[in-house]
Amino acid sequence: MTATPVMEARSLVKRYGHVVALDGTDFELYPGEILAVIGDNGAGKSSLIKCLSGATVPDEGEVLLDGDPVHFKTPLEARNAGIETVYQNLAVSPALDIATNLFLGREPRRTDLVGRLFRKLDKKKMRGEARRHMNELGILTIQNIGQQVETLSGGQRQGVAVARAAAFARHVVIMDEPTAALGVKESAKVLELIVRVRDNGLPVILISHNMPHVFEVADRIHIQRLGRRVAVVTPKTHSMNDAVAIMTGATQLDAAGHDQVVNDASRRQAGQDAFRGAGE
Amino acid sequence: MARDRGSFLRRLLPSPAPEGPKPSALGPGSAEARQRSLAVRVHDILHSNATLGPALVLLIAVVIFAATTDRFLEPANLSLIVQQVMVVGTLGIAQTLIILTAGIDLSVGAIMVLSSIVMAKLSAVSGVPGLLALLIGFGVGTACGLINGLLVTRLRLPPFIVTLGTLNVFFALNLYYSESATIRGADMSDLLLWTGNTFDIGDTRITYGSLLMLALFGVAAYALGSTAWGRHVYATGDDLEAARLSGVRTNRVLLSVYVLAGLICAIAAWILIGRIASASPQAGGLANLDSITAVVIGGTSLFGGRGLVLGTLFGALIVGVLRNGLTLGGVDVLWQDFAVGILVIAAVAIDQWIRKVRT
Repeated sequence: MTATPVMEARSLVKRYGHVVALDGTDFELYPGEILAVIGDNGAGKSSLIKCLSGATVPDEGEVLLDGDPVHFKTPLEARNAGIETVYQNLAVSPALDIATNLFLGREPRRTDLVGRLFRKLDKKKMRGEARRHMNELGILTIQNIGQQVETLSGGQRQGVAVARAAAFARHVVIMDEPTAALGVKESAKVLELIVRVRDNGLPVILISHNMPHVFEVADRIHIQRLGRRVAVVTPKTHSMNDAVAIMTGATQLDAAGHDQVVNDASRRQAGQDAFRGAGE
Repeated sequence: MARDRGSFLRRLLPSPAPEGPKPSALGPGSAEARQRSLAVRVHDILHSNATLGPALVLLIAVVIFAATTDRFLEPANLSLIVQQVMVVGTLGIAQTLIILTAGIDLSVGAIMVLSSIVMAKLSAVSGVPGLLALLIGFGVGTACGLINGLLVTRLRLPPFIVTLGTLNVFFALNLYYSESATIRGADMSDLLLWTGNTFDIGDTRITYGSLLMLALFGVAAYALGSTAWGRHVYATGDDLEAARLSGVRTNRVLLSVYVLAGLICAIAAWILIGRIASASPQAGGLANLDSITAVVIGGTSLFGGRGLVLGTLFGALIVGVLRNGLTLGGVDVLWQDFAVGILVIAAVAIDQWIRKVRT
C-alpha cells in the first residue's frame, strides 16, 4: 500500500473530562478498500469515527483528506467535503418517500424560470435519479420510488440510507453499525451493498461489533484498544479469534507485527468469547 | 407530497394477482379474509391520501344538509359559510405549518387580535395611513411569531408551553394597547375594511377576504409541496434527529415556520376586521382552539410530518358546514359543539390508526 491514504488521522487525542477516549490514535484508509474498525466498548471507536465525520472536534492531532489537512466542525462540513455517514439508527424520515429521503437537505431545483423565481423542486429529476441510484446498488425490490419509507422493511430502509450515502459521497462512506438493527437475511443484503459501494470505487469505513460481518467483507481491520490503534490485520492473515484476542489485550503485536501471546488462558477465553459473539 | 394519487380507486378494487402471501389462508371466500383485506386496503389508501377522509366527510355533510334543508344549497348560504370560516381557515394555515413540525400554537388567536387592534388603532386613533397601519400590523404579527420561534429553538422549550405563555402575554398587551375598547369600522381606513368588501358572480356574493384566504391556501400548498423548504418542514416534524443528520438545518426551519405563522395570523387579523367591520380586543378568543380543530379534522397528524394544508381547508369547511346546516335544521347550538367535539375525537382516532404501518 504505497498510495496516498484517502483519509488519514495522526495521533488524535480526545478527552472528555478525566476520560481519555482517544490517546494518540492513528488511522489510514486507502482507496478502494473496506476498512473495518473494531474494538471493545470504550476503546474509542465512536470517538474516532466522530472525529472523522465531523461530529466532534479532536483536542489534538490532525485529520487529512487526500493528503490535505481538514478541520471539520460539524457533520455538514464533512458532508460537503464528500464524506457520507450511514448511522446505525437509520437516519431516514419514515413519513417521507424514498426520493425525498435520498435528496433530503440537497434537493435539486428546477433550472427554468419557475425554479429560479419560485424555487420549485425538480421532482422528476429527483425520482429519476433516485431510481438510478437504487438500481446501481441492485435494490430492485422496491416497486415505487414514491413509496413512504415506513412501508419498507428495516433492510430496505438501510438500503435507502446506503444508496443516499453512495450517491453523494465523493471520497468516503462511513457506516456506523449498519447491520446492528437488522435480521440475518437483511444483514446479508446490506453487506452485499457495502461490497458493491466499494466495487463502484468508494472506500468504506465499517464500524461493527459483529465479527463474522467484519471478516466477511473487510479488506483490512483496524483494531482499537484503550484509545489507541493496536493493530491493523487482514482477514487473510488473522482469524477471528486472533482479532478478538488483540482487541481484548490477550495478544499484543510486537514492533515487527508478530503476535505475542501474553497469556494463553486469557487468549483461549477471548477466542471463546468471539465464538459466542459469532453465534449471536 | 409526491404520492401516487389517482390510483387509490385501482387499489380499492381487489387486485387480480395479489402479491406476497395470499390472504386465502382461511380458505377462498372466507368472510373473515375478505373483511380483513378490505380493511387493509382502506388503511393503505388513507395512509397515502390523508385528505381523502376529510374530503369524503365534507361531501357527505353537504349531501345530507342539501337533502334535509331547503336553503342550504342557496348561493347566499354557501357564501355565508365561506365567510364564516375565512378567519379560522386562515389561522388554520398557520396552525398547520406548526403542527406539521410536531409543534402546536396556542397563541394564534392572541397574535391575530393584537395585530388587528394595532392596525385599527393606528389608523383610527393615531391617523396613520391605512397601508402603513396594515404593514405595521403585519410586522407585529411577524414579531410575535419570531418570539415564539426563538423561545422554541433557542431555549428549547416545548411549543405548547411557549405559546401558552405568549397567548397570555400577547392578549394582555392587546388589552393594554386597546384600553379594552372596540374600534369602530367607520373610523378606520377603507383599506383595513377591504377584506369585507364583496363582488358578485351571478347570484353569489364573494368577499375579498375569502379570496385572500383561498390564495393563502394555494401559496402554502405550493410552498409545502413543491419546494425544498416544504420538504424540510415535513422532515423536521417527522423525525427531528433524522432530518438534522440528513443536513436539514432544523432550527432554521422551525424558526421560519413560527415567523411565517405569525405573519399569517396578522393577515387573518386583516380578514377579521373586514368580517366584523370593527376591531374588538375580545374577538377571536377561541380562535386558537378552532384552528387546531380545523387542522385535526383535516387529517394532519398532531405528531408532525403528516398532512396537507388542503386538509385544513376541508376541516374548516366541515366545521362551518356542520354549524350552518344544524342551524338551518333548527338544532340547538349546544349540539353543534357536541358534533364538532365528536368529529375531533374521531379524526384523531382515525389518525392513530392510519399512522400504524402494516408490515
